[in-house]
Amino acid sequence: MTRGFIYSIAAATLALSAPAMAGTVAPGDVVFADMSVATSMTGETGDPANGRKVFADRKKGNCLACHANTDLKNELFHGDVGPSLDGAGSRWSPEQLRAIVANSKQVFGDQTVMPGFYSLVVGKDIAKEFEGKTILSAQEVEDVVAYLTTLTD
Amino acid sequence: MLSLKSAALAGVILSGLSSFALAGGPVDEELVIDGETQITTRTKAAEGVPFEEVTSGWLYRTEETRALEADSFQNPGMLYVERGEEIWNTVDGEAGKSCASCHGDGQEFLKGVGAAYPKWNAKAGKPFNIELQINQCREDNMQAKPYKFDSADQKALTTYIKNQSLGMPMHVDLAQGDMQSWWDRGKETYYTRMGQLNLSCSNCHEENNGNYIRADHLSQGNVNGFPTYRLKQADMVSLHNRFRGCIRDTRAEFPAAFSDELMALEVYVTWRGTGLGIETPSVRQ
Ligand code: HEC
Ligand code: HEC
Repeated sequence: MTRGFIYSIAAATLALSAPAMAGTVAPGDVVFADMSVATSMTGETGDPANGRKVFADRKKGNCLACHANTDLKNELFHGDVGPSLDGAGSRWSPEQLRAIVANSKQVFGDQTVMPGFYSLVVGKDIAKEFEGKTILSAQEVEDVVAYLTTLTD
Repeated sequence: MLSLKSAALAGVILSGLSSFALAGGPVDEELVIDGETQITTRTKAAEGVPFEEVTSGWLYRTEETRALEADSFQNPGMLYVERGEEIWNTVDGEAGKSCASCHGDGQEFLKGVGAAYPKWNAKAGKPFNIELQINQCREDNMQAKPYKFDSADQKALTTYIKNQSLGMPMHVDLAQGDMQSWWDRGKETYYTRMGQLNLSCSNCHEENNGNYIRADHLSQGNVNGFPTYRLKQADMVSLHNRFRGCIRDTRAEFPAAFSDELMALEVYVTWRGTGLGIETPSVRQ
């Protein structure tokens, strides 16, 4: 039995509403070590072009709500709740960026206001339509991470 | 920050409506309505409030939005004040009475009333806001149907009542009845992370007030301007509607209007803004 097959069974028995792809690690099984997630959560490499879209999309990453990013200066209204992401790809390794986006609490601590985009540890009274779902899929996180690595000084 | 500045510029050019562009602030400006009524928009925080100074949301809005509120001829919320006065004087219900039948002239009777809500209601055994008080009067004294949440008349009458306390300091008496335990419960909610985004009221309005969250400049989330005229909706927005909107934005299920949870939150959040002048109808983006 392959590792991926075991993961997909585990995911299926957890009754995740997002379809579990073979090879995709379930949100609760992501291994955080040293503020990093060592390998792709889907086994696939990320697509930076799609990551850029997910990053800007208000219904997906909505990252601009809190972060400025000169690469997307054509988009209106960059927030400043978090630091500017210019140069984030130089400051952090891809493994660290994966940990930050998948579950920022694992890197910045429980107090951070940054949501965990691939985590089922959420706040009280989650709305029914989002129950059991992560904000982004594992592949979308990989794509965003691939995009962030392009934001170098 | 370069990208922020260019975003603000683009906003002005693209939207045409500069009131939707980024605001600066909290600005160092005074709010004087019609050059007459001075409103306290900054004041030393009451003991226990986690700020040195409490500030009105008005200070965080654009120059254009601020100007709309300072001129009662231009403030679209004033139409609702007028409509509210009409309702005050209009007979409704089986008992053949209006508000004025019992209370007389609204401008006299209501002075300062709205600034002291929520208030303990012994009969109901819970805090009442203006909307609940109106409904109790309608049912018990007028034998009229209670207003449905956010009906046009409920919003207009509430706006009228609050406007009669324009400029008076907002305060809530926690010594009444069981108010203190409702305050405790409201505080608990205020600091509880909710929804898929896992955010509490304090994450935005306490830790990040003064920062931009996308197009919005986060204020302390004070309630002294409610009901508020919102340019985005082109309508009055009640306080419980705003609470529910903020909760929905965290992707949490929002509680019913006037539920115990939201009444407790109203008691607590009102207390946080103690001393701010009533601004109703405030204008917000
Ligand atoms: C609600 C606000 C919020 C949202 C939305 C948000 N972040 Fe963050 N982010 C923060 C904050 C705040 C920090 C700084 C860490 C801290 O203080 O907790 C941060 C830190 C980061 C960092 C490290 C920054 C550095 O250069 O040191 C990266 C990378 C990052 N975020 C990426 C993202 C991405 C990608 C998204 C969207 C998929 C996103 N963030 C969405 C608030 C947010
Ligand atoms: C994700 C961020 C966020 C969270 C969480 C949040 N709010 Fe807000 N809130 C906003 C924004 C943005 C505005 C509009 C700009 C402003 O006035 O701050 C706002 C406005 C308000 C206002 C109107 C202020 C005025 O002057 O008109 C009140 C009151 C308020 N919030 C209360 C709350 C309460 C109570 C909670 C928790 C139940 C809460 N908010 C949670 C973002 C948030």
